[in-house]
Parts: sequence; structure tokens; C-alpha cells
Amino acid sequence: MSNVDENGGARGVKGDVLLEMRGLKIEGQADDQWLGIVHGIDVTLRRGEVLGLIGESGAGKSTIGIAAMGFARPGCRITGGTIVFDGIDLMGISEEERRKIRGARIAYVAQSAAAAFNPAHKLIDQCTEMPVQHGIMPLAEAEADAIDIFTRLQLPDPDTIGFRYPHQVSGGQLQRAMTAMAMSCRPDLIIFDEPTTALDVTTQIEVLAAIRRIVKEFNTAAIYITHDLAVVAQMADRIMVLQYGHLVEEGYARDMIANPKEKYTAKLLAVRSFRKEKVIETHHDLPLLKIENVTASYGGEIIVLKNISMEIHHARTVAVVGESGSGKSTLARVITGLLPPSEGHVRYGGEIMSAALANRSRDQLRRMQMIYQMPDTAVNPKHRVREIIGRPLEFYLGLKGADKEARLRELLEMIELDPDEFIDRFPGELSGGQKQRVCIARALAAEPELIICDEVTSALDQLVAEEILKLLQRLQDELQVSYMFITHDLATVRAIADEVVVMLQGEIVEQGPKDEIFTPPHHEYTELLLSSVPEMDTEWLNNLLAKRAAAAG
Amino acid sequence: MVSISMGSTLSAKPSPWACRLSVTAVHFFILVLFLQNMNADTWLAILGVIVVHLYSAVALYLWSNLDRTTAGDTVIVAVTLEFILIAVLFWDRFSDWPWSTFFGLFVMQSCAYLGVRFWRGLSKAPPTAWFGLVVILLYVLMAAAAPVIAPFGESEIVGFEYEPWGGEFLLGTDNLGRDMLTRLIYGGRNTIGIAFLTTCLAFFLGSFLGFVAATLGGWTDQGLGRLCDIMMAIPGLIFILMVLSVTGTSIPVLIVVIGVLDSTRVFRLSRAVAMNIVVMDYVEAARLRGESLWWVMWREVLPNSMAPLVAEFGLRFCFVFLTLSALSFLGLGIQPPLADWGSMVRENATLITFGDITPLLPAASIALLTVGVNFVVDWFLHLTSGLRE
Amino acid sequence: MGKLAAMVARRLALGLLTLFIVSVFISLGVEFLPGDLATAVMGQSATPETIAAMRKELGLDLPLHERYIEWLWKMMHGDMGVSLANQREISELIGTRLENTLFLAMIAAVVAVPLAVTLGILAALYRYSLYDRLVNITTLSSISFPEFFVAYILVLVFAVTLGWFPSISNVSPGLGFWEHAYRVSLPALTLTLVVIAHMMRMTRAAIINLLASPYIEMAALKGMTRSRIIIKHALPNALAPIINVIVINLAYLVVGVVIVEVVFVYPGLGQLLVDSVSTRDIPVVQASAMIFAGTYILLNLTADVLSIATNPRLMHPR
Repeated sequence: MSNVDENGGARGVKGDVLLEMRGLKIEGQADDQWLGIVHGIDVTLRRGEVLGLIGESGAGKSTIGIAAMGFARPGCRITGGTIVFDGIDLMGISEEERRKIRGARIAYVAQSAAAAFNPAHKLIDQCTEMPVQHGIMPLAEAEADAIDIFTRLQLPDPDTIGFRYPHQVSGGQLQRAMTAMAMSCRPDLIIFDEPTTALDVTTQIEVLAAIRRIVKEFNTAAIYITHDLAVVAQMADRIMVLQYGHLVEEGYARDMIANPKEKYTAKLLAVRSFRKEKVIETHHDLPLLKIENVTASYGGEIIVLKNISMEIHHARTVAVVGESGSGKSTLARVITGLLPPSEGHVRYGGEIMSAALANRSRDQLRRMQMIYQMPDTAVNPKHRVREIIGRPLEFYLGLKGADKEARLRELLEMIELDPDEFIDRFPGELSGGQKQRVCIARALAAEPELIICDEVTSALDQLVAEEILKLLQRLQDELQVSYMFITHDLATVRAIADEVVVMLQGEIVEQGPKDEIFTPPHHEYTELLLSSVPEMDTEWLNNLLAKRAAAAG
Repeated sequence: MVSISMGSTLSAKPSPWACRLSVTAVHFFILVLFLQNMNADTWLAILGVIVVHLYSAVALYLWSNLDRTTAGDTVIVAVTLEFILIAVLFWDRFSDWPWSTFFGLFVMQSCAYLGVRFWRGLSKAPPTAWFGLVVILLYVLMAAAAPVIAPFGESEIVGFEYEPWGGEFLLGTDNLGRDMLTRLIYGGRNTIGIAFLTTCLAFFLGSFLGFVAATLGGWTDQGLGRLCDIMMAIPGLIFILMVLSVTGTSIPVLIVVIGVLDSTRVFRLSRAVAMNIVVMDYVEAARLRGESLWWVMWREVLPNSMAPLVAEFGLRFCFVFLTLSALSFLGLGIQPPLADWGSMVRENATLITFGDITPLLPAASIALLTVGVNFVVDWFLHLTSGLRE
Repeated sequence: MGKLAAMVARRLALGLLTLFIVSVFISLGVEFLPGDLATAVMGQSATPETIAAMRKELGLDLPLHERYIEWLWKMMHGDMGVSLANQREISELIGTRLENTLFLAMIAAVVAVPLAVTLGILAALYRYSLYDRLVNITTLSSISFPEFFVAYILVLVFAVTLGWFPSISNVSPGLGFWEHAYRVSLPALTLTLVVIAHMMRMTRAAIINLLASPYIEMAALKGMTRSRIIIKHALPNALAPIINVIVINLAYLVVGVVIVEVVFVYPGLGQLLVDSVSTRDIPVVQASAMIFAGTYILLNLTADVLSIATNPRLMHPR
């Protein structure tokens, strides 16, 4: 909130004030009603400075970012405050004037490049559109410039990549192309709206490095919006922490990470530090689940799993890690019987399970339960909590009437939801975290031995996800249930896994106890994966890039 | 973010006894009607008695499960008592037609029930939707109570041809000397009734098959899909005309042919809707549990597809109604002496050349009902798609 | 490019298959309907000898596949058999009538399509304005009206009251283009009104859907003018859905034309079909139905192929 450090000296002021928003208020429309999203935020941004806006969902960070251009999405309106960009009051000028500023002086990089590029036009045409339409450069010059920026961003084949269509280019490359498009007019300010959230962790590194480099090269100011504090620590000079449209804390990145002032910030920082207590290494002789040489494919042609073998023991958590395309979700489908393997089989409790779901007994189905990634689609919106959790009780255990009611209440208490308040609610009346808890209760109702958790925390806010992980660990300690935890997030793995299985393109690259996997020497891919996870250290990206450059050269 | 549940916004529930008493009162009233007609037609009367008992049981069950308010209860009681009042006042007419009376009661109570249940949505409805609802209500009542309110018999010849409007014949007479108003009322009953039956056939057949195709997938889905494509490849009217040229026109043929043809469109829609639901994780969770196919369709898929299906029912009704009228207009639909709006237009078409708008009356009646249904469906779609955003 | 060609070829093959199956149904399917065909045709004058003679004439005594092949062979050579009602060559009967129907349909299509698409796009662009609301109510009402209602209103207003256009469209071969067009004006107007309403609604819905795409918002955030966003960003992607809408609605014409021809006593294929159904003139019914069905299938096929061809992902594969 101030640009003086503890010793009273002026902090690295990067130039004049470029953007000043005072008392910004924004409202959003829901069902004919206007509700406040942003409640009086002040933002100051100087030339060449990178400001990180961080918060969970509902914090209003994206809305604030877009408001910096004087733009409000349909269903939103700016109801108060001033937005002054380089001395121009954006709310006071006409829409036509604002339009001229957008693109030319303030640019925007969206979260999903695949959606933001027009599928009907080539990349280069879209990248040169802004300078040509705003009258900054003629077409030939704009094209040459675009190719130059592609080169700076280290895109492959910079001379020819522009002449492709968006669907012909991969996700990480497309995101860099969008950054190039934003740079084309050499704007004073670029707003990056969660640019790497949808990318794999290994691709993310390249994009982050590219963005940082080019922003420094052209001395552009930037607002970097994300929910990941570790990422923003790499990119931003100053950070603003937001919650429900209010400012929680503001300060220099280094200071905030070292000494957070508010509890909320401290919680966000601590998000990756939850660790389970160490478990003594004893194995029962018989593994609970054993996968033997499973190979599976879709339609006989595309092979998705190649010769997978792994084990899960009683009351242990095995984390299956991999990026998109690794086959980890397919593995879950094979285990549950939705996708019969073409080779190999799955053994449960020593017996071979029939490959297809239809041939398994009800008891076999009961002992293995699954929890899904998206709580919104995992529960039927027309069923009350009572029915969602009650059905497995009835179906598997034959409970009815008073017995069922008593057990229902017990389960709700186990998942830390007050029975009286929640038992008759519909999913539409629950938050994401609460819905996920209901899904956990649904799985527990069957009294299973193994629960497959398919990316159960990926769709949740970080703090909520943390709580869910703690709950799962508590339940495991109490009920001695095993977990197969599918995830792409290594921090989660570090938190709750006993054993780790690393997958890449349908094969197991490495597997073993957690400590073994996390300490070198490891497989090349594991090394890549581990090193790509951002840490709460502002120098992390620099160090990583230096290390990789040294290794390459 | 947690939103407020519907239940918590209502005040404490009023006693259900007012509703129960009014349902029981009407129950006995209708029973009396049927028992009176025992001599006239014993089997129908007995059937009527059974149906009334079933209906009252269902009505009581539904009413007690409703989130009611005092205002809502007042509406229900008022509607019921009003109905009894009207029936008593015109007892001689009503007592001849117990089934029509019962049907009229069913309509009024259903409307009261739906009105109370969906009051929140209704109060925000645009004027076009209200217009549509009123039109539909009036038409249905007219169809239900036709024998009671029509001045003459359906095919009774009461005067000379093409008598002018006024006097005994409010809307004049038609080309054979039958009262226009009576023909219009009975025509409505026939056309609406047959169109409704046909829509029900198309709807239930199409949606059932659509759900089965989406849930089972595989060869069932492919096979049904191909069959549907072939049937949709021929324009509907042409197909019907072809069939009629061989089998001749009769009401069962019309119902079956139009019904089966239209079920293809319902099939496509319900399959698409069900497909969207079947890929949801909660359906997979039910499958993994080992739930039977029927349970999945009934408890998981159906409740989530109600909105688009209800809208589709309305649209199908319009289409069937228009097709039926078009066929009757061509002389190939409902045959005389049954009254029917489409054939009435054809029979009296010559009047147009004299600048008389009488033949336009049945045509306008068709148009009015279809417009009304379309307005309501449009509003309904707007309501349910808006909720998703 | 190969993938695109493959998809188009597959769709064409499917279309031909459908045509084949439909032709089988039209020629043979009538046999499987309840009621003996020959008896139905003979009606009152049915005696065992006359029924047998009719069966021979209709070719019902031949085995199914032979009958179909003979029918198909004749069809392809333009011999559609002989009308039962008046013993004339069906191809002769159909010839002029088909011309007339096509003329009527063409005029309606040429007027309706540009008008509907433009008005629909405007309604989508100025969504929620008074214009849009008016358009919504008018088109909704319009698609609810039966065609004969619209037809008779037009007759009442333009023919009887104002006397501008004829209420009966009797045309004969040899009329000049404009004279023909004049006589056909009311039926063409009826068809146009009916089709415009459907097309406008669908166009509006398609464009609204398109305008909600993220890349349209992105173009606005790039500071592009509204007209550029619409012309350069929205329109290229709108081609596929609009073409689809147009072709689907042209199919409406195929059905609407039947009613309109009856109302205006226009000597077209539709009226022939209706008359033949009343007189149970099966060969004529089959021939006319085949032509209508064939046109319909062709239009749907064109819609499918065009929507495949205008999909940017298929035009430029990886």
C-alpha cells in the first residue's frame, strides 16, 4: 500500500503513474437483481510495473482487470469510482474514444486462447488486425513486426506459424500467439487474465517465461490476474490480494511472501504446506487392488494405456500423477469397469474382477467408490442431499426409515456439515466445497474399502481444496479406507500420498513410495514435472530457467 | 455462493384442511352426477365413479405436497366452490353430461394447482404469455364443456343456408343450414381433442424411444436413429397423403399416422436432451452403483429433461393441430358430419368472394390457439434457459 | 482437403441411399398398408373380376422386387405410368404442372430469402430493441397461422376489397413471364409470408448464438468498430448456420406449396397430388410423391454438404 520499504527509502519506482482506479464499484446481474461484485477498490499502476491480482473465485479480479479498459461484460456494470488511464478519465469520454484506446494502448490476453481466436481467420491476420485498424502501421510492416515478436516469444517456425489457423496450433503456442497479438500495438498496459490456468504445468513454464521476457523488453505495464500465488510471485512486482470484491492486502511481492500481514494471505501462502503424518511402512500381504499388465484402447485403434501394473494396499493413498493425455483418468475407467481392457486384468482382494461393469456383483461394486472432479455435474440437481446420500444406503445396505435417517445424519456430521441445515437442501443451494463434501459422503455411505478420487480438488478454490484434503486424510485415519488419488498437481501429491505413480502418455514412467519419487535420481519426466511446479519464491522461475539453460548448453 | 432455498422464503404452512375439504366436496358432487346417470349408461357410470375416486386421491396427494400459502389455498377453494355453484345453477344441462362436467372440473382444478405451484414464475411473465395462457384456458374449457354450452346439436340442421349473423343464430348458418356457433364449438372439441390425443401419442412414443436410445447407446441408438432419419426424409404432408390414398381417411388412421410421423421430431429432441444428461457424472455414478437402466432413466434423466420436453409438447401440439386442420381443409382429414375447423373453412370458402368473413372464423380460431400456445412455449423456453445462465 | 472430400462423399452416398429407400417405400410400401390396394381403388364398383383386372394393371401380381425394378427402370426413362383417372401419360400430366410449381416456389424463395436473412440479422444485432420485440411477436404469430388463413386474408384484402390481384390463379402454358407472375402474385405472397417468418426466427437465433462466442468479445476488447466485428468476425462464421437455416426453410416451401395451390386453384403439382389422393389415383400419387420427396431429400443433402464445407476446421485440417 505504500512504496516505501521498512527503512523509509523509496521503493523501486518504475516511472509515472499510468493507471489509477479509485473507489471502483461494479455490480453484476443475477435473476433481475443487481448485486455488488466489487466494493470500492483502489488500484495504482506505474509504467513498466507488473501488478498481480490474486484471489479465489468471486474475488472480482477478472472484472477489475477488464474495468481497467473501461469495459464491463454483458450482465455487469460499473456503478462508481474513477478510472484514470494516463490522465484520461475513461468513464468520462465517449464509447468511441474508449474503443480507440482499447487494443492500441491497453490490450487484453484471455484465459482460453482457443476460444478467443476467430476460427475463420489465420493467426497472422488476427495479430496484425489491431495495428492496421488503429492506424499505427501499414499491413506489410505489421506482418514483419508480428513475425519478429513470434521469434522473441520463441515460437517454433516463427516465419510460417502465423499463416496457420488457430485449430492447427497447440494450446501453449496459441497462448503465446495471443500475447504477440496483444503486443502488436506496443500498448502501455496489458491485462493478462489467467493466461496459464488451462495449461499443463510443463507448458506453463514456457509461457510464463515468454510473457515475463517480452513485458520487460518493451517496458510494458501489466496486470497479471491469477488464483495461484506461486505463479504470481514469479511475474509480479506488486501484489493485491482480493476477496469477495474487497482488498485484503497489498504490497511488494517479495515482502508479502516473506511476511504476509493478513491471515487470509497467510492461508493462501500456506496452501501447499499441508503434509500428512508419516505412515509406518507395513504392507498387508495381499494388496487391496492389483492391476496386472493392463492395456486398453478406445475403439481398438487408439491405445491409451500400455502395460500398466500397480498395486494399492489397505488404508494407503496412492497418487497417480500425470498431465493431460497421460491416461490417468482412463485407468480409473478401467478399474471401475467402464472400459474393459484389451489385455491384462484387475484384481480386487485377490480375485480377478470381471472386465465389464455389468458382470460385477453388487458387493464388488460397493467396495469401490468414486468421487469426481466437478462437483456441479457430480450430483443430480433435482435430488436433495437426503436422496443423494440416502440412495447408496438403501441400495447397498438395505437401510430404511429410522435407521437410514440416523446413518444419514452420522454421515453428514462426518463430512462436517450440520445435518439439520443441509439434509433437505438441493445442490443449487450448496457451494462447490459443500457439494464435494456431499459427494464424499455419498461414497462413504457404501462403506467402501477403496475410493478413487478423480482430480477431486482441481475445480475448487485453493483454500477450499485444502480443507477437502484435510477431511479426506481425517477420514482415512478414522475409517482405514484406501485412496487412489488421480491428480496433475504435485503439491497435492506431496500433501497426502503414501505412494506415487507417474504416468506419461499411457505408460507408467516411475512408481514407488513418495519420498523415493521426490528425491533424485529420477526418471527424466519426473524431473521435468517436479521442477515445473512453481514455488512461493520470487526467484524460482529465474533459477529454473538458468538451470535449464545450463543443462542444455 | 449459497443461494436461498425456496422453502425458507415462505411463511409457516397453512393447514391443509381447507383444500382437503374442498376436494372432498367436489368429489361427492361429481359422484352424485355419475350415480344419477347409472340408469342411462351403467358401465360408463361405474367407470366414472372409479375414475373420480382415483382423481380425488391423486389430487389430495398433490395438494398436500405443495408449498402452499394462504393466498394459494384461497384460490383453490374459491375455484372449487365457484365450479360447484355454476354447476348447480345450470343443473339441468350439467346433469346430462357427467363426463364433460368432470373434465371441466379437472381442467379448472389443474389450472388452480399449476397456478399456485408456479406462481413465482407466472407473476413475472410478460403480457404475451398471459394472453396465451388465458386463450388456452378458454379453449380447453370450451372443448370440455361443449355439449353443455352449445345452443344446438352438432349436425342439427336448424335453418336455411348461409343465414346472416344475428337473432337465433349468433354467427349465422353454414352451407347446409347448421348453426355456425354450435359447429365452431363442437369443431373445437373435435379438432383439439384429436390433436391432443395425437400429440400425446407422438410425445410419449418419441420421448420414450429417445431416452432409451440415449441411455442404451450402441446399436439401439444407431438403429433407431437411422429409422428416424428415413422417416424424416419424406416431407410429412406428402407421406400422410400417400398413406391416406390407400387406407382412406378415418380418425384412427389420422391419429396413428400423424402421431408416428411427429414422434420422429420428439425422438430427435429427447435423444439430444438425454444425451446431454447421460454424460454427466451423476449418471455415471448411478451406473457405477449398479442401478438398473429403468431407474437411471426415471430418476436421473427424466427429472432433468422436463423443461425442454414440456416446451416440445407445446410445439408438437401446434404442429399437429395445424397439420390436422390443413388435412381437413384439403378434404382428407376429419370427415363430415363431424364438425371440424379445417373443413368448415373449405365448406364455406365461397363466402369470401362475397366479402363475408364467416369462413375466416374457424381459421382465426385455429390461428388464435396456435398463437397462444406458441407465446406460452416461448416464454417457458425463455424462463428455463435463463435459469441456466 | 482429403478429409473434407471424404466427408462430403460419405454424405452424398448416404443421401443416395435415403433416396433409394424412400423410392422403395413409395413404390412398394403402399402394398403393406391395411386394406387391399386394388379394392380401395375400385371402391364401389368392386367385383372379383374387376379387382383382379385392376391388380394386373397395377402390377400387383408380380413379385415385389420385379415390380420395383420395373417401376424404377420406367421412372428413369421418364415413363411414370398411366393415370387411372383419365388414362393419360403421367409424365405428360406432371410436366407442365411441375413447371408451374417450380415457378411459384422460385418466386417465393427469391423474395423471401434475402429479406428474411437481412431482417433476421438486424433483429439479432439490435436485440431487445423495440424493432426486435415487434419482430419476435409478429413472426411468432405468423408461424402459428395456418397457410389457408393467411391465403384467405390476402384474398379478402387484395382481391375482393382492393381488386389489385386475381383471387384465382389460372395459368396456362404460353403465358408471358410477367403475366404469369402477376397471376401468381397472391399465392407467392402467401408462401413468402409463411417462409419469411420461420427463416427470420431461425436466423436471429443463429446469429445471437454466434454473437455470444468468446472471440466476438475479444474483437471488442481489441477495440474494433462494431461494423468490423460484424462483417469481419461474425459473418464468416455465420455462413454455415445461415445456409443451414435457408435450406431447412426451403423445405417448408415444398409442403406449403400444396395448400397454397389448392386455395388458389393453381394448376401445379401440389393440387394434382391432392386430387389424386381423393380419387385414389395411386400411380399419380406415387409419381408426385416421388418428386416431392426427391426434392426434399436433395435440399437436405445440400444443407448437410454446405455446412460441412463451410466448417473452418474441416477446410484447413492440421
